[in-house]
Amino acid sequence: MKTLALFVVVITGAMLIYAGQDLPAFGDINSPSYQAPMTQYFIENSLEESGVTNIVTALLANYRSYDTLGETAVIFTAGMAVMLLLRRRET
Amino acid sequence: MSRIQESVIIRTVVRIMVPFIQLFALYVIMHGASGPGGGFQGGVIFGAAIILYAMIFGISEGKKKMSDALDKILASTGLTIYAGTGLACILFGGMFLQYDAVPLLPDPAVVSKYLIDLVEIGIGITVLAVMISLFFDVSPPEPEPEEAEE
Repeated sequence: MKTLALFVVVITGAMLIYAGQDLPAFGDINSPSYQAPMTQYFIENSLEESGVTNIVTALLANYRSYDTLGETAVIFTAGMAVMLLLRRRET
Repeated sequence: MSRIQESVIIRTVVRIMVPFIQLFALYVIMHGASGPGGGFQGGVIFGAAIILYAMIFGISEGKKKMSDALDKILASTGLTIYAGTGLACILFGGMFLQYDAVPLLPDPAVVSKYLIDLVEIGIGITVLAVMISLFFDVSPPEPEPEEAEE
């Protein structure tokens, strides 16, 4: 069983490394994410519109704030579900 | 006492380290607007500090620091801060979570920055409470002191 697990891990890792060769280089100006029209908009306007210098935070907490509210609700719901199912009641 | 105690070195190092881990967690939460960081990461680091304390000193000692009732209150408080920020924007005439609409300061971008910080704090509180409650929920029960003496 351990051999099978090691085999699966090694094969998965080799596939990921092989797929990683196709990723664009760091800071590559021709990468698809940089060529997208919204990228230029966020780089130029996110500081004036949201007031934060970190573009990732500007996207996460301003442009996509509704999405992040949902993520927080998911974490809260998961915690409450585990609490309801697994917490031992003091009898 | 039949309860297994960790060595004095581990206990001393953990007692020294935990406040610094918590301080770093607060830094990560508050630094989310201007650098790497944010509510999710900082909340996880803060929760890890309490979990480390509970692992070394025992579950019951850890629950003295963060009780089950406090856990539930904090988890819902964080989400309420986040959703309340969004509702406050509606009250000031904007859309849900439209930070520019709140007229606290003349510059709407600065208002947005502070409200983003507030939202990150809410995320951090929820994440740290859920982390700690997950750890306490799956941890094995400690033997009662009376049973250990018999």
